Amino acid sequence: MAHGPAKGFTRWLYTTNHKDIGSMYLWFSFAMFFLGGMFALVIRAELFQPGLQIVEPNFFNQMTTMHGLVMVFGAVMPAFVGLANWMVPLMIGAPDMALPRMNNWSFWILPFAFAMLSSTLFMQGGAPNFGWTFYAPLSTTYAPPSVTFFIFAIHIMGASSIMGAINIIATILNMRAPGMTLMKMPLFVWTWLITAFLLIAVMPVLAGVVTMMLMDIHFGTSFFDAAGGGDPVLFQHVFWFFGHPEVYIMILPAFGIVSAIIPTFARKPLFGYASMVYATAAIAILSFVVWAHHMFTVGMPIAGELFFMWATMLISVPTGVKVFNWVATMFKGSMTFETPMLFSIAFVILFTIGGFSGLMLAIAPADFQYHDTYFVVAHFHYVLVPGAIFSITAGVYYWLPKWCGNMYNETMGKIHFWLAFIGLNVTFFPMHFSGLAGMPRRIPDYNLMFADWNMISSVGAFLFGAAQVVFLYNVIATIVSGKKATDEVWDNPEGLEWTVASPAPYHTFAEPPEVK
Amino acid sequence: MSAGTYYVPEQSRLPIWASFGLFLTVFGAANWMNGSDKGPYLFFVGGLVFATVLWKWFSIAISENMAGMNSPQLKRSYVMGMQWFIFSEVMFFAAFFGALFYIRTLALPWLAGEGDGVDNPLLWPNFTAEWPLMTTPDMALNGDAATRLGPKDSMTFPGWGGLLGWLPLWNTIILLSSSVTVHFAHSAIKNNNRKSFNIWLGVTVLLGVIFLILQAEEYIHAYNELGLTLQSGIYGTTFFMLTGFHGAHVTIGTLMLFIMWMRSMLKGHFKPDDNFGFEAASWYWHFVDVVWVGLFFVVYVFG
Ligand code: HEM
Ligand SMILES: [Cu+2]
Repeated sequence: MAHGPAKGFTRWLYTTNHKDIGSMYLWFSFAMFFLGGMFALVIRAELFQPGLQIVEPNFFNQMTTMHGLVMVFGAVMPAFVGLANWMVPLMIGAPDMALPRMNNWSFWILPFAFAMLSSTLFMQGGAPNFGWTFYAPLSTTYAPPSVTFFIFAIHIMGASSIMGAINIIATILNMRAPGMTLMKMPLFVWTWLITAFLLIAVMPVLAGVVTMMLMDIHFGTSFFDAAGGGDPVLFQHVFWFFGHPEVYIMILPAFGIVSAIIPTFARKPLFGYASMVYATAAIAILSFVVWAHHMFTVGMPIAGELFFMWATMLISVPTGVKVFNWVATMFKGSMTFETPMLFSIAFVILFTIGGFSGLMLAIAPADFQYHDTYFVVAHFHYVLVPGAIFSITAGVYYWLPKWCGNMYNETMGKIHFWLAFIGLNVTFFPMHFSGLAGMPRRIPDYNLMFADWNMISSVGAFLFGAAQVVFLYNVIATIVSGKKATDEVWDNPEGLEWTVASPAPYHTFAEPPEVK
Repeated sequence: MSAGTYYVPEQSRLPIWASFGLFLTVFGAANWMNGSDKGPYLFFVGGLVFATVLWKWFSIAISENMAGMNSPQLKRSYVMGMQWFIFSEVMFFAAFFGALFYIRTLALPWLAGEGDGVDNPLLWPNFTAEWPLMTTPDMALNGDAATRLGPKDSMTFPGWGGLLGWLPLWNTIILLSSSVTVHFAHSAIKNNNRKSFNIWLGVTVLLGVIFLILQAEEYIHAYNELGLTLQSGIYGTTFFMLTGFHGAHVTIGTLMLFIMWMRSMLKGHFKPDDNFGFEAASWYWHFVDVVWVGLFFVVYVFG
């Protein structure tokens, strides 16, 4: 296994190397992040002022839909899979992923799937315009013809996710170095083990629901058609049975990343390791029984409203355990504030704000006011942007020196952080107010009374966009001309990944290390 | 690849071609459904590419194993891969079983006006909930009578008198016995009894094929004599989708077992302590069987 990578571009097409595949996932996700970001900026440009300014309402709807789909399935999920590919084998002392060829297959499905999804923008009738949650009958009876391509794109992305998750589970359960017991695994590995389980459990349900749509559209079945005895609400149940665990798929690996970073820069071991593991498992299990908190206003028996309200609130207990543990880890630590740490601290604070607005939404009677307003948009962007996206960013700055062997420029990293931090708060914090005042989501025009908050949000959005250009610059500059990094990179960090050279050799741990 | 203990394969063209084949298949299918003439061609070419790649992929995996490259640890990876794949299939069926449960026990009664604060009777007057659903809300609204035959002629339990002529019962017996025969085959190969292995596996494949023929027979009967189709409302929808996806899985399972049988017959593959290809197929078969038992109860017996 002494040899390095193959020559030429076919290296990337034919590779079986977890580091190659991890890099491809990360670059793909970065590209999708910019594509989805462009869609978002179209939305914010239109909403800069009330009245129809720039785009047709139907195109506006296509933008909200494609933004959500591309960010969820194209940016966040592949980024986490990319990080898992790079880091899980390094963290557990494995020579590679358990099933290396299937690993490459999981990746290469994605460019095809997203090419197909993006091509719908140029089709007759336009791209999907029914929201990323694609509720029937908007997505069936009233959908543009491109919905068929959307359905099949979801199918093959789902296949990619399931295979990726199977690979990660098999790697973690089967490939750990001797001595690496389950309760010695870094938390990133633990959170990914549980995330992979969630993926295998719910991606097939997503496949099921789009299959039902396909049958309703093209083969005359009546799953979601009351005229035939079906029920559009059935769509929402099946979708959210997937959808709620899906939001945890987008946050559990983030928990793992910040649990790796905070101890390094607080120079203290993680507080409450075991409770972190159990909290993650508890969140994952609970996430299967809360789905209808997305459907409080749809019409449910009162017993259902109450059950889903209490079950949802229960999730904040293990989530709170985590937040307290991160804070306790920092408490009395000798902290320094390098870029990964800044992103991680912002994660803890801002994710908690998102958790609080989630709690507000979980109160069923209150949700009748908040539902489908910008308050919900504020909530989920607070958990996804400073949550998922910041953790990914933190992880990139933290491990980039290990990946490419060069250190990023700290000043540039801090500029990126502050631009992103300010940009995101300016964008999303006002949405709480416009939402509480009653501004509906997914609407290209709005009442004059919301004008000020929207203008502020739009300015913030372009600032946040600019911050990500700085990010791209930083990553490229580091790879091309960064200063050499040491093997340890940071001040005495914990974990096997720091025991190998920087950049990590093409093959690592061909002989498993001994873990004490 | 020698230094390590775990076999990490060299570069491989399989994954990219598999992705391309898969993409072409679904892209063709989508075009086809949307009425494009090119659709069927793309679909079949894609399917061909995909099938060819899978064929190659499995052949390579088999020859690697025969060349002794697979350590016990790598074999465990394959075992886990198959187990979690089956779990994902379980969840796929769960979505459809869940849909059936929701429709039958909650949605239809609500549609007929049960529960509080529901305005459905205004939308769908004269609709009454029943299962199997003969008269859809739309038909009730237009005053149309049921176009298909009543419950006693439908797929559901015909009463003790008609038990022996009830096709689903025979299908159940066939599938359950096939689970037993595939288990006999497994025991046979573990005892190094090649002949018995081939016979029992062959019988299993045969039972699978008979099941599929009877299932086709049932569908023809439903379409031609009962007037029950995919389009005849939610009962036809759930009936055909659940049994149809199950049938598709039986087809795949039969094909897998058939290939295993050919491997044993023609090439003498599988050893008493090394027969994962066969084992994986047999797990899949047991899974398909368990799904059928679920279907038998919720779709047929209490249908
Ligand atoms: C304490 C934890 C949380 C609680 C109590 C909570 C609660 C809720 C509730 C009740 C809603 C529905 C609001 C409505 O539509 O009226 C909602 C929406 C949403 N939540 Fe959360 N949430 C929590 C954490 C998260 C996390 C961690 C994520 C993702 C990383 C997330 C992502 C979302 C998304 C994407 C939506 C909106 C989906 C849509 O309608 O488009 N939430 N949340
Ligand atoms: Cu939720």
